[in-house]
Amino acid sequence: MSTTIIRPNSAPAEIIRDASMSKQKDMLARHYDRLSDAPQSGEKVCATFVPGNLNELIMCFDMVNNLPEVNAIQSGLRKQSGPYVLESEKIGHSEDVCTYVKSDIGMMAKGNIGPNGRRMPDPDVLLLSYTGCFTFMKWFELLREQYKCETVMLHTPYLGDGKITPEMIQYMVKQLKQDVIPTLERVSGVKFDIDRLRENLRRSAKAEDDHLWVLQSAKNKPSPIDAYFGGIYYVGPIFGAFRGTDDAIEYYKFLREEVEERIRLGKGPVTPDGDMPREKYRLVVEGPPNYTHFRQFWKMFYDEGAVVVASSYTKVGGTYDYGFRHDADNPLESLAEYCLNVYTNRNLPMRVDMLANYINEYEADGLLINSIKSCNSFSAGQLLMMREVEKRTGKPAAFIETDLVDPRYFSAANVKNRLESYFQMIEQKRSSSAAA
Amino acid sequence: MLDLATPTTAHIIERCEALFSDLHFEAQRAWKAAKPGRKVIGFLPYYAPRELVHAAGCLPIAILGGGDQLEVIHGDAYYQSYICRIPRSTIELGVSARLDFVDGMLFPSICDVIRNLSGMWKLMFPQTPARYLDLPQNFSPDIGVPFYAQELKELREFLEHIVGRPIADDDIRASIALFNENRRLVREVYQLRADMPWNLPASEVYLLMRAGLLLPVEEHNAMLVDYMRLARQSDRPMKDNSRIVLSGVFCEQPPLNLIKSIELAGCYIVDDDFLVVNRWEKSEVATQGDPLENLSRAYINDSKSIAPKYEPNVALKGKYLVDSVRENGAEGVIFAMPSFCDPALLDRPMLQAALKAANIPYIGFKYAENTGQMQPVREQAGTFADSIKLWSGQ
Ligand code: SF4
Ligand code: SF4
Repeated sequence: MSTTIIRPNSAPAEIIRDASMSKQKDMLARHYDRLSDAPQSGEKVCATFVPGNLNELIMCFDMVNNLPEVNAIQSGLRKQSGPYVLESEKIGHSEDVCTYVKSDIGMMAKGNIGPNGRRMPDPDVLLLSYTGCFTFMKWFELLREQYKCETVMLHTPYLGDGKITPEMIQYMVKQLKQDVIPTLERVSGVKFDIDRLRENLRRSAKAEDDHLWVLQSAKNKPSPIDAYFGGIYYVGPIFGAFRGTDDAIEYYKFLREEVEERIRLGKGPVTPDGDMPREKYRLVVEGPPNYTHFRQFWKMFYDEGAVVVASSYTKVGGTYDYGFRHDADNPLESLAEYCLNVYTNRNLPMRVDMLANYINEYEADGLLINSIKSCNSFSAGQLLMMREVEKRTGKPAAFIETDLVDPRYFSAANVKNRLESYFQMIEQKRSSSAAA
Repeated sequence: MLDLATPTTAHIIERCEALFSDLHFEAQRAWKAAKPGRKVIGFLPYYAPRELVHAAGCLPIAILGGGDQLEVIHGDAYYQSYICRIPRSTIELGVSARLDFVDGMLFPSICDVIRNLSGMWKLMFPQTPARYLDLPQNFSPDIGVPFYAQELKELREFLEHIVGRPIADDDIRASIALFNENRRLVREVYQLRADMPWNLPASEVYLLMRAGLLLPVEEHNAMLVDYMRLARQSDRPMKDNSRIVLSGVFCEQPPLNLIKSIELAGCYIVDDDFLVVNRWEKSEVATQGDPLENLSRAYINDSKSIAPKYEPNVALKGKYLVDSVRENGAEGVIFAMPSFCDPALLDRPMLQAALKAANIPYIGFKYAENTGQMQPVREQAGTFADSIKLWSGQ
C-alpha cells in the first residue's frame, strides 16, 4: 500500500500517514461539511455520544450524527481545547469536572466553529445514550438548556454482575420502541423502517469483522499496528458517523489490506515519523490518551521502540473481541447488546480480566495506565486494576497521569521520566527471567 | 422511648453523636451479636431500598465515609488525587477491618466513582457479597417501573442468599409501612426545623438523621418522636439569622464542624439534601399489592429530585430547589459540594440558572470530608448571611 506525506494545517512538521489515514481524513472532512451544510441542506442533526451510539438507527431517519466527544478531540488535536476549557470555567463550570464537557461548552460559547473552520449546526435532537459514563447525562442536560431541542434518554444498565440479562435487553428494546424511535420519527419526519435498519446492521457487521481483524493483527511480531495511538484512527469510522455505511466497509477492507501488506513485509507500525524501525517493548494500555500533545506523547513511545499491542480505549465505543457483531436478524436487541458491551459499561473485574487476557494473548511486556484527570468513568479504580493485572500476569505495570483535552495537565517531563523508568523496569524483568 | 428522668434534646443528640463518631460500629456489632443469625447490610450514599433489607431481618446501615476523624492510610493508595474522598475512606474502613461484621454491601448508581467502587469491593473483599444497585434513569413509568422492579427482585434474591431464607411479600409490606412512618416523621422534623430553626439547629438534626441510618428503624421512629416533643418545648434564643437552603451534600459528607460553622456564621439551614435516603419518596409508598412494584412506582413517580437523577423535563430542572426556598421561607442557597464530585458540580450551573431566574441569591464552595480549616467557610457564609439581609432591605 502507498504511504503519502501530507502537511496538515496544524502540524508543525510534515507527518507521515498511511493511505488509510488519508482516506479517513477525507471521510471525516466530508462528514463535517455535511454537518456544516445541514442548515442549508435541511438535513436533521442528532447529537449523541460515542459509547452506545446508534448510528445505524440514526441513519434510518436520514439524520446526520454529531458526536460531541469527537468535536472535543478535534479541538484538542488542534490545540483549541485549552482556551475552550478556560472559557467554560469562566462562565461557571468547575475546574474539577470532565474537560470534554468544558471543551464542548467553551466551543459553543465561542461561536461553535468546528474543525473545518465552519459553524457547527444546532442539533435537532439530543439522543442521550447513557452508556458507561455518568457525565453524559449532565452534559446533555447542559446542552439542552442551550439548544432548547428535544432530548431523549436511552439508559443502558451497567454490567454490575458481569453479565447481560434478558431483562436488560428488554428494558433497552422497550426504550428504543417507546421513546427513541418515536422521537426520532417525530423530529425527522421520516417513518421508521426496520428493513432499512437491518441493511445498516448488515453493513456494520461486515466492517466490524475487518476492524477486529486489524486490531488483532497486533498479535503478530512485530506488530504491524499501534493499537492505541494508531488504534485511535482505526476506531474513528466504526465508533463515529460511519458504522453501517458502505464507506466504513470500504475503509476497513482497505485498512486490512494495508495491514496485511505490512505483515507480509515484516513491518512495524507507521508513526508520524515513518515506519517504526524496531519493536522493543510490547504494551497494553488502559485509559484514554492525551490529545493536546498527542504527537509528542506518541513519540515518547516510538522513539523507545514501544508499541501498544492492545488498549481498552479502543473498546470504549464497542467491544468486538468476545464475538459481538451487530445482527440484522435481531436488530433492536443487537443495538441494545452493543450499548451494553462497551468497555466503560463493564464492571471492574471484567475490565481486569480483559486487560490481563490482552497481556497474555498479545504477549505484551506489561500494562501501562494513562489515568485521565477528567474521567471518573475510566480513572476511579485504576490503581487497583494495575495491582490486579500485575498480580495475575506477573508483568510490570506503570501509571502515568494526563488529561484528554486540558493542556494544563500534560507534563511532558513527568510522563517521559515515568516511561523511561518503566522501560528500564521491563528490561530488568527480562534479564531476571532470562537469568532464572 | 427515653428512660431518663428529665430527658432533653441534648441527651438524644449525645447518643446520636456517639453513634456518629464510632467508626468501629460497636452499636451495630452489638445489635448483630444480640441474636444468632442477625445480619447487617451496608449501603453507600445516596439511596437504598432499606425496606427490603429490613424485611430480610437485616439491619441496613449507611456507610458514609470516614469523616474528619479517620486517618486514611491505605485508601489513598487506591485513588488518584483528583478523585473525591469518600471512596478512599470507604476502602480504608474495609481494609482496616472496621466493616468486617457487615454481611453484604450495596452500591447505588449515584456516579461512576461509586459504580467502580462496587467492582473494587468485589475484587478486594470477596468474602462480603456486593451488589451494584442500578437505578433507572428512564422515568417513563411503563419503562422505568418494570426495570426497577426487576432490579429489586434481584436484590431480594441477593438478600435471600445472604440470610438463607425467602423474604415474604407480607414482610416487605410491613417494612414499607415502618419506613413510611420513618419518612413521615423525618419530614415532620424538617418541617419543624423550618418553623423554628432556633430550636432545632441543623447540626442536631443532621446527627439525628445520621443516627437513623445506623439504628433499627423502629428505634429511630421512637427517637424522632421524642426529639420533636422535646424540641417543641425547648426555648432557645431566636437569632437574627438568615434562612438558607444547603445543596450538594448528598454523598460525601462535610465535617460536622462545617455545618456548625455555617450556623455560627449567622445562617439557619431550613432545608438540605443531606442523607436523602430517609425522605427519598415524597409521600407514602403503597402497602397494598405487589410490594416490589410499589417501591418501584414510588421511585419513578414520587422521589426526590437530586443531581444524580436525570430530569426528563427541562422546564422542571432546578424547580425543586426554587420550591424548597419558597416553601421553607429561605432567603438564599448555599451550594456546598465535595471537591471532584461530578454529579454535584456538573449540576450546579443549571441549578444556579434556575435560582437566578427566580431572583434567589446563592453562593458556593467546595469541601472534603476531612476539611479542617473552617475559617473560609465561616467568612463566606457570614458575608452571604449579611448580604442577604441587605438585599432584603432589613
Ligand atoms: S467522564 Fe470520561 S467517559 Fe465520560 S465524557 Fe468525560 S472523558 Fe468521556
Ligand atoms: S462525592 Fe460525588 S463523585 Fe464522589 S462518590 Fe459521591 S457522588 Fe460520586
